[in-house]
Amino acid sequence: MAGNGLGRGLAAFGAMAALLIAVGYAQSWSVSLAMLNLCLISAIMALGLNIQWGYAGLFNAGVMGFVALGGLAAVLVSEPFRPEAWRAGGAGLGAAAASALAAAALIAAIRRRMRPGLARGALTAILAMGGYALARHFFDPAVEAIEAIDPSSAGNIGGLGLPIILSWPVGGLFAAAAAWLVGKIALGLRSDYLAIATLGISEIIIAIIKNEDWLARGVKNVSGLSRPVPYELELQQSAWFVAKAQSWGLDPAEASGLAVKAMYAGLFAAVLLAILWLAERALRSPWGRMMRAIRDNEHAAAAMGKDVTARHLQVFVLGSAVIGMAGAMLTTLDGQFTPGTYNPLRYTFLIWVMVIVGGSGNNWGAVLGGFLIWFVWVQAEPAGLMLAETVGALLPEGSPLAQALSEGAPHMRMIFMGLILLLVLRFAPRGILPEKIRR
Amino acid sequence: MPETIDILNALALFANFVAIPALAYGSQLALGALGVTLIFGILRFAYFAHGDLMAFGTMLAVLTTWGLQGAGIGIAPLPTALLALPVAILGAVALSLAADRAVFRFYRARRAKPVIFVMASVGVMFLFNGLVRLIIGPNDQRFADGARFVFTARDFKEWSGLAEGVALRQSQALTVVVAALVVAALFWFLQRTRTGKAMRAYSDNEDLALLSGVDPDRVVRVTWIIAAALATIAGVLYGLDKSFKPFTYFQLLLPIFAAAIVGGIGQPIGAIVGGYLVAFSEITLTYAYRKFFAYLVPAWEPDGLLQILSTDYKFAVSFIILVVVLLVRPTGIFKGRVL
Repeated sequence: MAGNGLGRGLAAFGAMAALLIAVGYAQSWSVSLAMLNLCLISAIMALGLNIQWGYAGLFNAGVMGFVALGGLAAVLVSEPFRPEAWRAGGAGLGAAAASALAAAALIAAIRRRMRPGLARGALTAILAMGGYALARHFFDPAVEAIEAIDPSSAGNIGGLGLPIILSWPVGGLFAAAAAWLVGKIALGLRSDYLAIATLGISEIIIAIIKNEDWLARGVKNVSGLSRPVPYELELQQSAWFVAKAQSWGLDPAEASGLAVKAMYAGLFAAVLLAILWLAERALRSPWGRMMRAIRDNEHAAAAMGKDVTARHLQVFVLGSAVIGMAGAMLTTLDGQFTPGTYNPLRYTFLIWVMVIVGGSGNNWGAVLGGFLIWFVWVQAEPAGLMLAETVGALLPEGSPLAQALSEGAPHMRMIFMGLILLLVLRFAPRGILPEKIRR
Repeated sequence: MPETIDILNALALFANFVAIPALAYGSQLALGALGVTLIFGILRFAYFAHGDLMAFGTMLAVLTTWGLQGAGIGIAPLPTALLALPVAILGAVALSLAADRAVFRFYRARRAKPVIFVMASVGVMFLFNGLVRLIIGPNDQRFADGARFVFTARDFKEWSGLAEGVALRQSQALTVVVAALVVAALFWFLQRTRTGKAMRAYSDNEDLALLSGVDPDRVVRVTWIIAAALATIAGVLYGLDKSFKPFTYFQLLLPIFAAAIVGGIGQPIGAIVGGYLVAFSEITLTYAYRKFFAYLVPAWEPDGLLQILSTDYKFAVSFIILVVVLLVRPTGIFKGRVL
């Protein structure tokens, strides 16, 4: 950012910081820090989406699925290893995977060798069904065996028992793999297809995570995940920390909560800055110029010899990886994995509002959008409630309208988000921090 | 070899748990997909707010039904919701026209890229969604009344003497009848009336239609009216058949898109075929065939349920169909546009 853009950016981020500080004074510092942490994660998600939408104009309507894959990675990396589950069902799972892979390889080989036609189609269908039946034959008993082990507290395959922070890159890898698969199918067709296909894959990812209890306990949730930062109790027991807190005039219990949140914020901020730096570097490189050329005129770029579909696939995978990483961070912060809470309005379309409002194509804009829209989203509910109460106070006692208003207040934020998106799209389509066209 | 009676029992089982439910569900999807495909044909974008438009129309029908029930007005044995349908359609049409005027008309005038329309429809989706939740809340609502069955499983058993019963619920029969009437009316409209022909011309070649004196504003208006009416009818039928829950309606978006694309997007006949294809695939793939095969192959005692996919994965069916179409024939069965 340079010149006028820099001033605008500084003013916008300054205002955002002032808002968070105001919350610290008005509500509490704990609330403010909790909000900051989610703002940081939202900003990373928005950055990932901006790489797809802002750099390449790809419509990803399945952000939620990639976020959930990140969350799954957090469980699979950090949960303790469960040898008894693997002894019970590991062989079956392996055999199921092997038969599925073998069938897929066979189908691929046949489709390469044979000429298109009825025979090839029929053989493909038969092999697909046979492979599926064989895989299920190994899979079903293995799952039953795994889920029978200690079902009230486990019943799943556990994890690798590694530090949870490692799940952040792993979450990125998971999301990248899913994105590659979807992109391979849907890219190259018109933009709406990618939107519909990603909407579908995200619903399926959630369905799988919810229903495959052997994987991460499904809707029974995994709680008590390990942490990359110390526990509050550990801090309170450390003499050094207590002395430090008292020298600041803080109660050690309260200070430990703040310190933990601040440590999370530090980790998240480091990741955000690293990704932001890389994204900005990429945008200024010849690769970034090529991406913008493709976005602004696909045909001209193709005529210059750029492989548009391959570049789209690349950028789609990269953006999804960033989103998956943010998903793993979110689950790390929550300390639990609750598949039932993934909702497309909150995890897909809200991220879209962040990117559009912040300024599509501008990484700093996406970050600002992530902060601002998360802030508004969190504050809209109490604000709506307050509004409902104010109006309700004017109405006669026990009026059904007043009751309906206070019950409906949580839903006001849907309407509010829709309005923000539509207004920005129409009256300021380039967002708060517009993309700078570098020449 | 199984005996004839066992084959008949197996068929009865199949009819009761697969064919009849799939026929009803397919009709509901077809009506939804017709709306999506018309909007795509005329306005040229994938309308993401369609599920929530269905929810809005259905909500109006539910509220009107409650009002009528309170006033003691009904058309038993038919459900009161049929009486409420015109009111609901009017409301949904008004909302759609308002959304077009406030949001989409602006982008149409500027000839914005389709993806901008899709984005705007996401904003509209948020609005509709919030509106429905604000007015009726996010919970399940049941509003079906009137007779429950055309004939029950027991009636069928007594009549046929088979061990397996076939029940036909009134909502299922109603769905199929209403859908057939609506589709017939729609095709008559598109093929025979001036406005319908103008719509087809506009969908086929916008510039040529404009040169021939087709009024684009009128075509767009009529499209929204039809799409909103279809969405409301589909939503009310689905609600009568199952129940009304706003989030379920949002999730119907995926099978509806799949139905429209598999049939060939922009092709009304394709939307209908697609609707039934998706519904039948979803239900045949998630049905547990154990009992069915027990009749056909008496000697065989399988240890599983013989269910190809768990019912929790019905979305996956729509998605797999979508993927296969994209890979094999992106224009769909009836050669629609490639999106």
